[in-house]
Amino acid sequence: MYELVVLSGKGGTGKTSIVGAFSALASDKVLCDADVDAADLHLLLSPRKISHHEFRAGHKAFINPDLCTSCGECLDRCRYGAISDRFEVDELQCEGCGVCVHFCPFGAIEFPENHCGEWYISETRFGPLVHARLGIAEENSGKLVTLIRREARRIAEEKKLAGIITDGPPGIGCPVIASLGGASAVLVVTEPTVSGLHDLDRVGSLANHFQVPVSVCVNKADLHWETAHAIESLCREKGADFAGHLPFDPSFTRAQLEGKTLIEYEDGDGAARTAVLKLWEHMRALLKAR
Amino acid sequence: MIVAIASGKGGTGKTTVAVNLAVALDKPVQLLDCDVEEPNVDLFLKASITEREEVLAEVPRIDLARCTYCGQCQEICQFNALAVLPETKIVLTFPELCHSCGGCFAVCPEDAVVPDQRLLGHLEIGQRGNVRLIQGKLRVGEAMSPPLIRRVRQASSPNGMVIIDAPPGTSCPVIASLRGADYVCLVTEPTPFGLNDLELAVGAVRKLKIPMGIVINRADVGDGRILEYARRESIPVLLEIPFERSTAETYARGEILVEAQPIWKERMLLLHDAIRRRVADL
Repeated sequence: MYELVVLSGKGGTGKTSIVGAFSALASDKVLCDADVDAADLHLLLSPRKISHHEFRAGHKAFINPDLCTSCGECLDRCRYGAISDRFEVDELQCEGCGVCVHFCPFGAIEFPENHCGEWYISETRFGPLVHARLGIAEENSGKLVTLIRREARRIAEEKKLAGIITDGPPGIGCPVIASLGGASAVLVVTEPTVSGLHDLDRVGSLANHFQVPVSVCVNKADLHWETAHAIESLCREKGADFAGHLPFDPSFTRAQLEGKTLIEYEDGDGAARTAVLKLWEHMRALLKAR
Repeated sequence: MIVAIASGKGGTGKTTVAVNLAVALDKPVQLLDCDVEEPNVDLFLKASITEREEVLAEVPRIDLARCTYCGQCQEICQFNALAVLPETKIVLTFPELCHSCGGCFAVCPEDAVVPDQRLLGHLEIGQRGNVRLIQGKLRVGEAMSPPLIRRVRQASSPNGMVIIDAPPGTSCPVIASLRGADYVCLVTEPTPFGLNDLELAVGAVRKLKIPMGIVINRADVGDGRILEYARRESIPVLLEIPFERSTAETYARGEILVEAQPIWKERMLLLHDAIRRRVADL
């Protein structure tokens, strides 16, 4: 079974639009939206939720004012500045380390489990989708990503599907690291700009670090062919698979406005559609060969 | 005045607004790149970097000569960064999981937990014209960005104008970047993805109780959904920027727009004025 993870480093390069298109093209797969911080894939796939689960991870401190004597032990111990002078815990600052709970001489600090999001299994017109919503301003995005990837794998195994396509988060931090481990391939969607190139380099190094093979495609390549070609050469130089260029095409946005994937949207000369078809064929052959 | 430029969705133009706003002002500005996972400000600013320091996290190392394998360090650690195996007399540490809470140091009765360090990334400071750049660069492979972001924030002075380029999303790195700002400017685009992620970002800013306004980038590419939303939620729209191919090309080359196109200077001064008036009214 394969798992293709689509990343970008830089945000807004077109990851989700491309995963949406792949959803329409690939057969026998589970879809997984691992951008739990700002999930968008559901806007293209109009999922019907089959099951709904709470995501609990870690704890948050809560000072019981009836037992607190304002001795200041917790204030001195907290390294996150999460406790105010009035002995209230700022939930946004508390990392759930439990040090204050342990050292409070009066047992005045409670430590309830933290409800920090939700995750769902849904049915879509292109097959099952596992997705999630991290609570606003919450931590533990990495754990949530790990959880929904595991669910996606379980469904794929149960239904004997060919693989999983995962829409990853931007950046190179905690949720991206959680998206990468054990993937069969990473496709980095970048753009021909100084930031696209710079961020590709960092996310590419991260994938190498986790020994996941990297493919790269340049979206909106015709906005700056010089950089698009520079990215292509860089890939060849570094031994990464170059998977193709996609044109700048407003049909991506128009399809999104209609809640459709690019493949389902008929408009213009179809240049982007043709390029995405080619890109998927490339990735499919690659995943098959592995 | 501390102004943070944020957005739920990536690639909407945060860095473009932050850099160009800073350069457009004819006064000293501190520009903080808090998108430490993918710091892009300096690709455009090209400041001369004069200071560079390692940013480290304190993590535990076990002095086995003192350790009695009592297991208290493992017990207090909520992040599974320590595992004590008394039978084999081994203590495993997983520094990459450590949140530097200090619990294991404080709880050890034998003083067997000694401080070690993990490299989070680098802090860099530089200057270009009126702009003092302070940026964080997360080490590739490091998962935890908030402590590095907090270090970037600490390196700035609260006096004068501070502009923060925040990371995308709505989780802890964003909170670390926005906390304490006087105003948040959310950059979005009028598409379904843009609106969905804007709503999430608005939720995060409301939790922090910071006043905010919206900048609509590529305003003519989608539809009127952001304007409708802003009206419904009573959030001011500070600026609308149309899509221009010339802008996209100038950006692609890594040039500063206010220096290439006079209209961008006008836009940024308008934006600054709109923000300043709103902060003054508070």
